[in-house]
Amino acid sequence: MTSLPAEPGARRLGLVIDLDICVGCHACAVNCKEWNSGGVAAPLTDLDPYGAEPLGVWFNRVHTFEAGEGAASRTVHFPRSCLHCAEPQCVTVCPTGASYKRAEDGIVLVNEELCIGCKLCSWACPYGAREYDYDAGVMKKCTLCIDKIYNETLDARDRVPACVATCPASARHFGDLGDPQSAVSTLVRERGGYDLMPEMGYAPTNKYLPPRPRRAGSAATPAELAPAVPAGSGGFLAWIDRLLSD
Amino acid sequence: MHPALSVILFTTLSGAGYGLLAWLGVLAPAGLLPADRGFGAAALGLALVSVTIGLLSSTFHLGHPERAWRAFSQWRSSWLSREGVASVATYVPALLFAVGWVVLGSTAGVWAGLGLLAALAAAVTVGCTAFIYQSLKPIQRWSNGWVLPNYLALAAMTGALWLAALMQIFGLDPLAGTVAALGSIPLALALKVAYWRFIDGTASRSTAESATGLGSLGKVRLFEAPHTSENYLMKEMGFRVARKHAAKLRRIAIGLGFVAPFALTLANLALGGVSAMAIAVIAALLGTLGVLVERWLFFAEAKHTVTLYYGQSTA
Repeated sequence: MTSLPAEPGARRLGLVIDLDICVGCHACAVNCKEWNSGGVAAPLTDLDPYGAEPLGVWFNRVHTFEAGEGAASRTVHFPRSCLHCAEPQCVTVCPTGASYKRAEDGIVLVNEELCIGCKLCSWACPYGAREYDYDAGVMKKCTLCIDKIYNETLDARDRVPACVATCPASARHFGDLGDPQSAVSTLVRERGGYDLMPEMGYAPTNKYLPPRPRRAGSAATPAELAPAVPAGSGGFLAWIDRLLSD
Repeated sequence: MHPALSVILFTTLSGAGYGLLAWLGVLAPAGLLPADRGFGAAALGLALVSVTIGLLSSTFHLGHPERAWRAFSQWRSSWLSREGVASVATYVPALLFAVGWVVLGSTAGVWAGLGLLAALAAAVTVGCTAFIYQSLKPIQRWSNGWVLPNYLALAAMTGALWLAALMQIFGLDPLAGTVAALGSIPLALALKVAYWRFIDGTASRSTAESATGLGSLGKVRLFEAPHTSENYLMKEMGFRVARKHAAKLRRIAIGLGFVAPFALTLANLALGGVSAMAIAVIAALLGTLGVLVERWLFFAEAKHTVTLYYGQSTA
């Protein structure tokens, strides 16, 4: 059924991504690719992988943006993946029932057995979360590592999405955004977490934490190199400087 | 948006077919078309064949065409599914109407009702096609109220041009088809120009700032792309047509698709015989070709919000 759950559950699993500390290393994208190449959405086909125009399916993409001008500008690394929206039009446009949103945890998935590869769901996603597998002829997307987070053969601490587990800067957090008391909800409250493109009305579950403000004065006067020889100094360094300047 | 040839062919051909079917279903019961069996067979046949070719060609771009039947299941939420259901449902009154007209030689009574029903179903199907595009919020140039009237008017226009040509070919008094064409061409052109004015004059709802949420820091620009070669998103959604080509193609579409068929149809009022037949056929072909160009532009000029993550500042 591509109609949205009539009674969405209280649990809304998702990610909180901290743009203040993401270092843009792409480890999340790589580990996502690695895990999901063997998971429920496998394979994530790569075409011409060692050729001139490689083309492959990835669920995570890390962009880097500049915002602002001059000394006050910021460079922000920006991981982009499925936001598991509360109002996902990618689900409702699906003509076959392949796209669906789970009532119990809000995860948006594709049943590849039902997908006809019409690509309409990818047109309906404002965020570019879905990538078509040209080889398999079906649409693929982030599963929130559904085969990892519920996998009881793993240690409890490993039952988090691959992107979260691998992030060396802990810029990615996983949890229940439907529970106001959860660690991720607290983080969103305290740091002013926000939705991407709220004007689209998709009500994304994933939140982004903004870069923290610069420390006072740090942006106004960029640091300068100290002079090689402090002005008016005497002693050995000044003697060498005089000797070599002649 | 990438203009897939199969989708452009589908919407143009099936639009013209449903347009022709709708005119036949309305004009014949109104007594404005002769219940000529040969003409009925040819006209209804052309309408249904082009609709069928259009529907089949729409499955060519699917990753799994053999599963296309599944697309009839989600009519509760999906306009694509509704289009599929409506398109198949249209065959029922259309084929029964054809039985009355071609086999029994009657377009009156119950057959007239079936004709009107076929016309209504044809309009609903074209409306569903329009809503597939109009309902997509990430594409502002589709997600507006001009799309539905444009699709309906263009289907009516091409259908009327085909009708006028068929009436000439069968040596019938072409007045009904000619009037339908002369009435629907200016209407379709006005709606198309209004659509173009709307998409040119409307500010982008989403920006690179709203896509990243970094607007409070200032103007947002892409510093480094996430990958060095194109991915699916860029191939499918990042299609860009040079601005100058868009302007040129719009002029070609207006000239070929609207002005030339209108002038030829108008000239035909004073002509008769073989030359009138040839001119009506040329007008129908030009109108269809113009709509193909228009439909290509409809896709090529549409911008998707995902491009905001790939260096565009507006969508």
